[in-house]
Amino acid sequence: MKDMLTAIEAVFIGISLTIFVYWALDKVTNLLPRRSKKALKPWVFIGPVVLLIGSFIVIPAIQSIRLSFMEEDIDGSTKWVGLENYKSIFGDENFRQMLGNNLLWIAIAPALTVAFGLLIAQLSNQVKPRIEAIIKSTIFMPMTISFVAAATIWRLNFAYAPEGQPQIGLFNAIWTKLGGSPQTWMQIDAFKFNSLLLIVIFIWLNAGFAMVLLSAAIKSVPEDTLEAGRVDGASRSQLFFQIILPQIWPTTLAVFITVLISAMKIFGIVLAMTGGNFGTNVLAQSFYLQYFSYGNTGIAMATVVILMLAIVPVMIYQIRHYRRVEADH
Amino acid sequence: MSKKKRYIGTTITLSVLAFIWLLPTFGLLITSFREGSQAQITGWWDIFAHPFNQNWTLIAFDQALNKKGLAASFISSFAVTIPATVLPLLFAAYAAYGFTFLRFKGREFLFSAIIGLLVIPIEAALVPVLKMFLSFEKHTGIALSGQYAAAWFVHSAFAMPLAIYIMRNYMMTIPTALIEAARIDGAEDYKIFWRLVLPISVPALASFAIFQFLWVWNDYLIAFVFVGNDHPVLTYTLLSMLGQYGEGWQVVAAGSFISLSVPLFIFFSLQRYFVRGLTAGAVK
Repeated sequence: MKDMLTAIEAVFIGISLTIFVYWALDKVTNLLPRRSKKALKPWVFIGPVVLLIGSFIVIPAIQSIRLSFMEEDIDGSTKWVGLENYKSIFGDENFRQMLGNNLLWIAIAPALTVAFGLLIAQLSNQVKPRIEAIIKSTIFMPMTISFVAAATIWRLNFAYAPEGQPQIGLFNAIWTKLGGSPQTWMQIDAFKFNSLLLIVIFIWLNAGFAMVLLSAAIKSVPEDTLEAGRVDGASRSQLFFQIILPQIWPTTLAVFITVLISAMKIFGIVLAMTGGNFGTNVLAQSFYLQYFSYGNTGIAMATVVILMLAIVPVMIYQIRHYRRVEADH
Repeated sequence: MSKKKRYIGTTITLSVLAFIWLLPTFGLLITSFREGSQAQITGWWDIFAHPFNQNWTLIAFDQALNKKGLAASFISSFAVTIPATVLPLLFAAYAAYGFTFLRFKGREFLFSAIIGLLVIPIEAALVPVLKMFLSFEKHTGIALSGQYAAAWFVHSAFAMPLAIYIMRNYMMTIPTALIEAARIDGAEDYKIFWRLVLPISVPALASFAIFQFLWVWNDYLIAFVFVGNDHPVLTYTLLSMLGQYGEGWQVVAAGSFISLSVPLFIFFSLQRYFVRGLTAGAVK
């Protein structure tokens, strides 16, 4: 309970302090001559945040890049090693396999998530509102839970007991009923089967998000465009692919990009399900292991830099997209 | 196919999908109320096969809360989450006002940078920020790492791009004529912000707050790195429990439900705002 009080205290002190800082900054700039006051006023509003983002995100990110060219000893001293860290990770077969896993995630997870969300959004638009609401809540619910809780749920699904003993995991119970022998599902790395199962969990978690946004887009498709299609005798699938989909394409793309970003950064599910073992490792998980378990700062930072580089094209796309939208206004 | 038949077909398809979606979570919930000896040897669906043969119990919840320390973790999670949700609000609102209503050199550039930073992975900044806290401790003797405050700072800073983005999008919908009128009446920006724009922006603040609350509540990485073992939060304790099956599934299952209870409560009580908040913040 003491911790709770600390937190509430922090809220009060923090808010009072924030209000005071902005008030004081305003008063100080008011004392200045008219011209410099006018130039400085906007910075009263955005300055503190620029400082915060700069010191907690931008500068640290640059330092991460710098550290990726260094080696750190246990005593914290660093020395410049150039491209050694990069050479060492790209020379490592495990690392190349890991990049393959990241590509698998990028190639499969976002497309399937969006397709599935689209399917539910389109189908649920055709049933009674009450049923639609129940279905949507159910699909959306996993979105609210943490990856650790999701991992508990799915580990129970995949639970394994030796042959002959009762199976308490759903997958093995069904599998053995069908005549198979019990499997340790998370350890089957043939054809990336275990990574694909992890992607199933990802879809289970994220399809609801895609569904909610796409459903809103589908509902905003003008009724007269649909009516025109129906008059021309279009089938249900023609209506969807030729009339609805083109109109909701911008939303679909935006949802795809968002899910793509979370697939690129994928970490939690892998950590809690396999710890990156059995050939399921990915960049963000590897960073976590390299830094916090093995203490290889340089290698960990090089891994992060590669993750950052992979995200840069998406970043540029987002900025360009924002500029286009802004220009249209 | 007649229209009615088609409609029934769609309803059945959707119901099957929803059933599959819910089944694993349902199984976990059932497991958390079962007795250890039963949960170990029969699947949770056994309650349908032998409904009168079950020993329902709350022992697993008691064990998770008291023996596994989840009661303390529950408090820790709140202690991290509440300030990390509230503290960024005012900063972001101020900045969003600046980006929306004030003209200054570099505005476009800075805002583009914020859009870009929306997608940067936390891992990119994690290690240098940790080192920064440690060297701060070395020079001043004030320990931040291992304290809640470290997580508040880091969560607040990382929330900034998204919070500003959501609030600016909202403020763009406020008619500029309203602001101009206030300016003509002689009001200064400080006053316009507090009296006019901030009260209008409450829905955007709420959307962001809901998203941020869930994000922080469900976060593992920042809590692990900056608070760690000193005040283990729910995700931290649960993850370590996942490694030990000795006592059976029912304890981990109960633990998961304790951590789920808060997001699910928000989900069912504030569903509309909740969805709005989560979708508004989903670029993260």
